Amino acid sequence: MKKIIAYIGSIFTAIKTLIGGMKVTGHYFLHARKEIITQQYPENRETLKMFDRFRGEVIMPHDENNEHRCTGCSACEVACPNGTIEIIWDRKENEEGKKKKVLDQFIYHLQMCTMCGLCIPACPTDAIVMGQEFEHAVFDRSELTLVLNKPGSKLMKGVED
Amino acid sequence: MNLTSLIYDFTGIHEVIHQSLLAYFNPTATYFIEVTLIGTALLLFIAFLGLSLVLAERKIAAWFQLRLGPMRVGYWGTAQTVADIIKLILKEPLRTANADKFLFNLAPYIIMLASIMAMGVIPYAKGLHIYDIDIGIFFVSAVSSIGVIGILLAGWSSNNKYSLIGALRSGAQVVSYELSVGMSILTIIILTESLQLSQIVASQEAGWWIYRGHIPAIIAFVIFMIAGTAETNRGPFDLAEAESELTAGFHTEYSGIKFAFFFLAEFLNMFIIAAIGATLFLGGWMPLHIGSLEGFNNVMDFIPPILWFVGKVTFIIFMMMWFRWTFPRLRIDQLLNLEWKYLLPINLLNIVFMAFIVLMGWHF
Repeated sequence: MKKIIAYIGSIFTAIKTLIGGMKVTGHYFLHARKEIITQQYPENRETLKMFDRFRGEVIMPHDENNEHRCTGCSACEVACPNGTIEIIWDRKENEEGKKKKVLDQFIYHLQMCTMCGLCIPACPTDAIVMGQEFEHAVFDRSELTLVLNKPGSKLMKGVED
Repeated sequence: MNLTSLIYDFTGIHEVIHQSLLAYFNPTATYFIEVTLIGTALLLFIAFLGLSLVLAERKIAAWFQLRLGPMRVGYWGTAQTVADIIKLILKEPLRTANADKFLFNLAPYIIMLASIMAMGVIPYAKGLHIYDIDIGIFFVSAVSSIGVIGILLAGWSSNNKYSLIGALRSGAQVVSYELSVGMSILTIIILTESLQLSQIVASQEAGWWIYRGHIPAIIAFVIFMIAGTAETNRGPFDLAEAESELTAGFHTEYSGIKFAFFFLAEFLNMFIIAAIGATLFLGGWMPLHIGSLEGFNNVMDFIPPILWFVGKVTFIIFMMMWFRWTFPRLRIDQLLNLEWKYLLPINLLNIVFMAFIVLMGWHF
């Protein structure tokens, strides 16, 4: 008798759970217009907004005075697992007459970068961030070697203090 | 005979065509021309059905998963399946070196033949019925089980272990679920008192059987939907294909147009199951009639029967697609458990229950 009750009970549980599943997918079907995840990529290039944590490339933000925050300490170069970043630095005298380490060129080999993002937390002065740009296809390999600090840019005041 | 009445009633149309052909040809030639015409019409309908059902499947599957589906070819991807079929026709039909050549080539035709023969006896609208055989429903269930021979042949002749396992699974599955489909059909046959499909539709003039047969008819309908989905080898019962385990099951070695035949036959079988389900439970092309509500019945009669048929078939096909994209797949032992331990006993009890209800006159 117990077995028969369990048998019939199992049928009703099965029907209940199946209807539960169909409710979920039915909701998706009816709301497919609003909630669709797919991006129609080349068509929506103008309106496409990548999500915040997307890692497209390493960029160095400059402010309106053409100043960056990089001190040329090479911490990112050490942190990079595949030698993507090369820092060329110089020793220059500042206004107070002290010799200081100054960034000359921040060379970024995009073709070797795996977008792991390990350089970002390694930077003590938050000079580099991950950008949203992802269309990196070019016809010549040499175009992938980028210099991130803009020509004539210098270190922002107060970063080293 | 004017065009407006043609939408509602196709009864006289074959006579008109017959007479106009007889005016030009002798009776033998007329016969062959008529057979060719019907065959061509059926093949065109099958081609249209295949294209639209594959597109519908892909679109609906996408919407269930919050995707867009095919979007590139034509407006909203509507020409996608046409492009696919052109690609399949142009592809080279490959054959493995050690395959049994004759059986390998025969298998897709047997599967297609089974589907096309079943299509011939379905009543599409009033008078739009190719072959109104008096054992119609029996004929459909007999012919549609020929399809499993095609699947077994394909699996055996490919000389590939994946194909063979897929074919044997499919054989076990179709033979088991054939029972449940037959039993649930029998439950309704008790009410209709006829095997002829036109009679079955005519018997639902006062209301569809799913409503008039109440509890046992609803149970039979649910079982028919489950077993019908299993018989067409569709998900959640797609063990014969099982991409993750058997690459593609019985049609692993097929390519080009022969693969397209298997693919098309799967969708045709879905249509046949839906059409039989609509004819038995939902009244076929018969509009929705409720007892003696004259005004309501007249409004319903205003909608052409062909639209009623298409609507009902679409509803059942949509339900089958909904099942496919919701339920998790079964394992082969769970599949056979479901049939032999659940569906079959319930079905047998249901037939007795239905017979008792008909005996007592408790149906509407």
